[in-house]
Amino acid sequence: MRTTARSFTLLLVAAAVVTGAAACSAGGSSAPGPQASGATSASTPTASRATAPEGTITVFAAASLKATFTQLGTEFETANPGTTVTFSFAGSSDLVTQITGGAPADVFASADTKNMTKLTDARLVSGTPVNFATNVLEIATPPGNPAGVTSFADLANPGVKTVICAPVVPCGAATVTIETATGVTIPAVSEESAVTDVLGKVSSGEADAGLVYVTDVQGAGDAVQGVPFDESGTAVNTYPIAALSATKSAGLAQAFVDYVTGTEGQAVLSAAGFGAP
Amino acid sequence: MKHSPGHARVPLWVLAIATVGALFVVLPLVAIVVRVNWGQFIPLITSESSVDALLLSLRTSAVATVLCVVFGVPMALVLARTAFPGQRILRALVLLPLVLPPVVGGIALLYTFGRQGLLKEPMNLFGIQIAFSTTAVILAQTFVALPFLVLSLEGALRTVGTRYEAVAATLGAGPTTVLRRVTLPLVLPALVSGAVLSFARALGEFGATLTFAGSLQGVTRTLPLEIYLQRESDPDAAVALALVLVAVAILVVGLANQAGVRGRFSAGSLS
Repeated sequence: MRTTARSFTLLLVAAAVVTGAAACSAGGSSAPGPQASGATSASTPTASRATAPEGTITVFAAASLKATFTQLGTEFETANPGTTVTFSFAGSSDLVTQITGGAPADVFASADTKNMTKLTDARLVSGTPVNFATNVLEIATPPGNPAGVTSFADLANPGVKTVICAPVVPCGAATVTIETATGVTIPAVSEESAVTDVLGKVSSGEADAGLVYVTDVQGAGDAVQGVPFDESGTAVNTYPIAALSATKSAGLAQAFVDYVTGTEGQAVLSAAGFGAP
Repeated sequence: MKHSPGHARVPLWVLAIATVGALFVVLPLVAIVVRVNWGQFIPLITSESSVDALLLSLRTSAVATVLCVVFGVPMALVLARTAFPGQRILRALVLLPLVLPPVVGGIALLYTFGRQGLLKEPMNLFGIQIAFSTTAVILAQTFVALPFLVLSLEGALRTVGTRYEAVAATLGAGPTTVLRRVTLPLVLPALVSGAVLSFARALGEFGATLTFAGSLQGVTRTLPLEIYLQRESDPDAAVALALVLVAVAILVVGLANQAGVRGRFSAGSLS
């Protein structure tokens, strides 16, 4: 009897060990993640008005916008005393899942049009999304470029350990587009699910080359070396931004969108390596 | 349960709290089952990438479990049966992967076995390249799963004590004979359950694998990594695969427990 009971306990524990890990990796698909809800619940607008640019808004923005939007948020707050802009940065598809799940966001900035379309189709966007930036891929190599990569065609060499994004994520889709356009097939040693993972494999010296966005190379500083290539123009990623229909601070949300698409916003984005829309 | 003979009755409030705890574990499982798109379930889990990921997971987890037993049993014996200065610190260090975020574990492995890692000289010498290989997956899984085996076996070794071992030794058995004929049969159930826990942990391993091994279909993309990737484009597939992972784990744990029960009885007849 005791053995049976103990076996059953063990079974439950072991099942919990596995499901814990699985739920952790699949959890984002059904409910707002803990990080996002933590970041946003602290900033729920309490005394915001719908007309004047004053109060607090929460901006959900693609992970690749972290550096630029953090800077833009600070500048926006300085330019508009009495306002607070808080951010939640994550992969665009994660953010869309969170917003459709009811996460309190006022503005959404996506790294691709596909994810923004999901929100417009769900009628969660107020007005029409505005394209505010573009991004293209660049080859990142470890400092010193040990494998001597100089062109996109070099990545076809099996001796060059290249890491790319998986085709289902935007950076991977862009990679496939360029491969198709150029006829070059990359025998990648790994297909990661995020640009940051590609960058990590390159900066640690584990990979000889990785395909990431121009802005990632610039943001990584000395950790990686960039090798631009002409064919990158065949896959241009467009970033749209929009105020969301669920916002309680429509005026402020629209003001932030205008700021990003205006002169100041465009200057910051351009300095970070983003292209004009 | 409370009426079964041989069991002390449990206070009601304990039962109540235990129920809440059990619900906390079981409800998320139910939530996954509820979310499954049953109409598409079979096509989703039999796609080429899903099958590749499942087979890779089973293969690597099995090898990782073997490695855990090979290295974990001697480690548990040393921790339970010997005394030396710094033993407590050593135990804490060995159990570190339990608390270390797996992603950090992956970075640590990268700094050790990577191309620019601590062991790059000897590895270059023998032409060994681990990064982006199935070997890297197995190393990551072994790293996170090993403490489960050491922990459960060491506890069992301390519980059974050294009486039988001492008797066997006085009857003229050498240390290896004592280990083989007395100690290991006594702790066999704990060894089996430790191995099962290790296997389950290896099967669910995600963070260290992602950081250390990368993600390539059939080579390094295990089931948890496939789930993570599918979630980007096809949440239905991710949920279906998660259910497969749970089912496989429960199946393996159930089978191993059968073996464990038999092992316990044979150990009982021996003593």
